[in-house]
Amino acid sequence: MEKLLENGPREGRKMGNLFKIAVRNLRRYKRRTLLTASLVMIGVIFVLLYISVSGSFKNMMVGQITDSMLGHLEVHRKGYLASIDNLPLNLNLRPQAFKKLADILNNQPEVEAFSPRIKFGGMFSTFVETTNIRLNGVSPDQEYKTIPLLPSRIIRGQKTLNKGEILVPDLLARGMKVNVGDTIVIVATNKDGSVNGKQFKVSGVLESVSGPGGRDGYIHIEDAMETLRMEEMEISEVAIRLKHFGQLNTFSEKLEGLLAGEVNKEGKPIFEVHTWEKLSPFYNIARMIDVMSFFIKLMLIAVVLISIMNVMIMAVYERIREIGTIAAIGTLPGKILSMFLVEGLCLGAMGAVAGNILGIIVILILNRIGITFDFGMQKGLVLSATIAPRDVMIISFIVILISVIASLQPAFKASRMEPIKALRHV
Amino acid sequence: MGLIVAENISKDYRVGEVSVRALKGVSFGIEPASFVSFVGPSGSGKTTLLNLIGCLDKPTEGNLMVAGTDVLHLDRKQAASFRGNNIGFIFQDFNLIPILTVFENIEYPLLMVQKVSPGDRKKRVMTLLDAVGMIEQEDKFPDQISGGQKQRVAIARALITNPKLVLADEPTANLDHKTAYLVIELMKRMRDEFQTTFIFSTHDQKIVGEAEIIYTLEDGEIAGKRAKGGKKNG
Repeated sequence: MEKLLENGPREGRKMGNLFKIAVRNLRRYKRRTLLTASLVMIGVIFVLLYISVSGSFKNMMVGQITDSMLGHLEVHRKGYLASIDNLPLNLNLRPQAFKKLADILNNQPEVEAFSPRIKFGGMFSTFVETTNIRLNGVSPDQEYKTIPLLPSRIIRGQKTLNKGEILVPDLLARGMKVNVGDTIVIVATNKDGSVNGKQFKVSGVLESVSGPGGRDGYIHIEDAMETLRMEEMEISEVAIRLKHFGQLNTFSEKLEGLLAGEVNKEGKPIFEVHTWEKLSPFYNIARMIDVMSFFIKLMLIAVVLISIMNVMIMAVYERIREIGTIAAIGTLPGKILSMFLVEGLCLGAMGAVAGNILGIIVILILNRIGITFDFGMQKGLVLSATIAPRDVMIISFIVILISVIASLQPAFKASRMEPIKALRHV
Repeated sequence: MGLIVAENISKDYRVGEVSVRALKGVSFGIEPASFVSFVGPSGSGKTTLLNLIGCLDKPTEGNLMVAGTDVLHLDRKQAASFRGNNIGFIFQDFNLIPILTVFENIEYPLLMVQKVSPGDRKKRVMTLLDAVGMIEQEDKFPDQISGGQKQRVAIARALITNPKLVLADEPTANLDHKTAYLVIELMKRMRDEFQTTFIFSTHDQKIVGEAEIIYTLEDGEIAGKRAKGGKKNG
């Protein structure tokens, strides 16, 4: 049997001995220790699974929304967003304003790409049938850099977009029985109220996605200008992609600061900056996922707190005479307190370590199986559950901290026990 | 000056609404390296007296000096520290810590109560293991040894801190007669070897005869004092 005494720095040795005593006490009641550690372990596994699956779902959805429609953030003329459902052409950015904005964006190291868009509503006619359509006039190169998943949404036809061509949303193509290569006409009213029409060749069909702009068609920006009879390019919005998504909020604030100085003749700001969070209703779902994660963590805390406290109360109750003995032979109250705290800590740490290991194994198995799910019109999205080391560490820290807190009351009771009464305990 | 000086000490307990006087103005003195026994029937106040001497409890009245310290004014922490440095305890039920081996049980006070270097700790534990004849059992746990062996370990644990005083409350009550004698003999030998004062309580008249000074307690009072080879007082 390994002796309690060991060489090494005195404080380290003392802690080491407290840990050894704690582990031996836990081994003494094997079944109880195993049950409690298992309870903590199961709690940790569930929390890890929930965080990894919901987090992956959230990240995937955010990625879909920002990389296939919105971009990370957008800049509009002040007041445009409030009327965005009407796609008001009279609230587009003037060419000088867009130039200022483009100059600013070109000088920002955080910006990967940006894409100006002319958004408008029109009539889509196949010469047989007519329906409504929302269109984005874009510069394909810039749009593809800003919205890199856009080409992957083209489910039929060519991936490129040239002048005179249109990418038609799938639902509309099916409803209007339009195929790649067909000729259609777009009729639109410009901001002065005059109507104009232009023929387009269907170059591709776009998969519909959930969220704003998910069922819009795309044409070349010069075609949009021509259809709307714009003499100068008047931009509805500028979508921006950042090099690092994590910089979203800091860059948004920075850009707001940079654009704050740009005012109109009345002294009012020209621009408004919106992150994807303000543009997509999915943000509320994402927030909900975060809130649910918080409550799941609270449940874990409750499980750990109750189970560890229960075990430690039992441990103190069953060892009253032992506590009396060690107190009688001179063990200071603080050391008795430490003994029980370390025991609770070890119990929590056992559960946390086992839970983390098994949780990660289950996550790996889930990824190997390849769970798929549908999101709106998108079918068969493969869930890629991941857990950040930071989350594992936070959960472990919470479990261990709560284990120590749960042991405080029983440990304090043990340390305050009168040795004479404890020794008399039967 | 004596190792223990007790002057007119009394101890009251409350049992429900009733106050019971367990000790009634007891006075005595014990010299260093003595081998003393308190005898008397159950309820005579033996355990109460040992608890007071061992700073596990405080008298209601009177003065008590142990190893030159007025133990009446020690707080919880000071009392624990005083016990750890000056007093060893031997219990009727041995009270060994079941998760520790024989070696570790003896080592425990040096590890958790006193600050002793690892080398010195090992040396002292081995010396005492040898002295109590338990060197072969050092790696065994308490549930793997007999009652007599447990009490030997308890004696070694009580002596490991080099205390001035060892208190043993009915140390032979759970042992057969032969083992009880061996334990008392061992305690006496330890007294001779380490010059530690041993005070034990017992109601076993055969064991009492082994003590050098015998105090007889009756109804919370000292009814008599007898020194071996000396005359009877009281």
